[in-house]
Amino acid sequence: MTSAEWVERAVYAPLSEQGPAPKEVVVGFGFWLFLLSDIIIFAALFAAYAVLSGNLAGGPSGPELFDRQRVFTETLCLLVSSVTCGFGYLAVQQRRAGPAYLWMFATIVLGLLFLKQETAEFAAMVAAGAGPSRSAFLSAFYTLVGTHGLHVTTGLAWLIVMLAQLATLGFQPMVRRRFLCFALFWHALDIVWIGVFTIVYLGAH
Amino acid sequence: MSEHPEAQGSAPGADVRLHGSRRSYIVGFAAALILTIASFAAASTHLIYGPSVPVLLGVLAIAQMGVHLVFFFHISSAPDQTNNFLSLAFGIFIVGLIVFGSLIIMANLNHMAPTMEDLMKMQR
Repeated sequence: MTSAEWVERAVYAPLSEQGPAPKEVVVGFGFWLFLLSDIIIFAALFAAYAVLSGNLAGGPSGPELFDRQRVFTETLCLLVSSVTCGFGYLAVQQRRAGPAYLWMFATIVLGLLFLKQETAEFAAMVAAGAGPSRSAFLSAFYTLVGTHGLHVTTGLAWLIVMLAQLATLGFQPMVRRRFLCFALFWHALDIVWIGVFTIVYLGAH
Repeated sequence: MSEHPEAQGSAPGADVRLHGSRRSYIVGFAAALILTIASFAAASTHLIYGPSVPVLLGVLAIAQMGVHLVFFFHISSAPDQTNNFLSLAFGIFIVGLIVFGSLIIMANLNHMAPTMEDLMKMQR
């Protein structure tokens, strides 16, 4: 039974005749719960950053360190990659191999561009003596932004594995479900980034 | 019995009503792009009354998160989305507890913490 048929039945059949939910729904819901708990980790890091962001210990402050132009480029990379990831996911669900590889490859390129900007920023800051051990503000900054960057790195590794699975296993239901989870993971990273650029970069004072 | 069609729901991000439609992503991208540009403009311009800028940034960020949830995650208040929607509400509740709870407690501790002068007095 396809998901569409199932929803059709879910709407019209009595509850006792609906049967167990299809695997796509169970897997998607379970992954959604994981994403929510992942976002709670980020909430704790955001709280730590908000508490510590004023403790400069005589070190450089946010506005002295941050380059808004670069942050805007990073934001655009992630936002466009969310769309290419969505298109790739649709292509996977429609079993169209060409567009699936094309859009997912674009997602990888945009993710790498994001990571390139972020590592360049970190490297420049550390070279200027603003490393994570300089002040409580910078410790919290590297922990929060670095955790997001690690998530992006993990996501890219996952996407490469998924493309290898697509090449070897083809459009099996199992592979398509994993692509659903990946798409959700990638969109969640973009949501966390909204918080990062608003609170850390634009809210710096 | 059929009043409860929402019993098991559908997966987040896999809204069958939007399957095969790129429109949702394009509309979401356009809205998110406008909100992002508005955020960066609000933070950089001097045209807006300074103390109101953080509030404006917060509103724009929450609006953009809503846009992402609706157009990228396809989360809605539809009957088959009840499970996803309720767990999202619970997640937001926990996030709020952690962030605002930490801020209140730490501000309070900061307020009550003895200054260096107090500590010197205690040693005498």
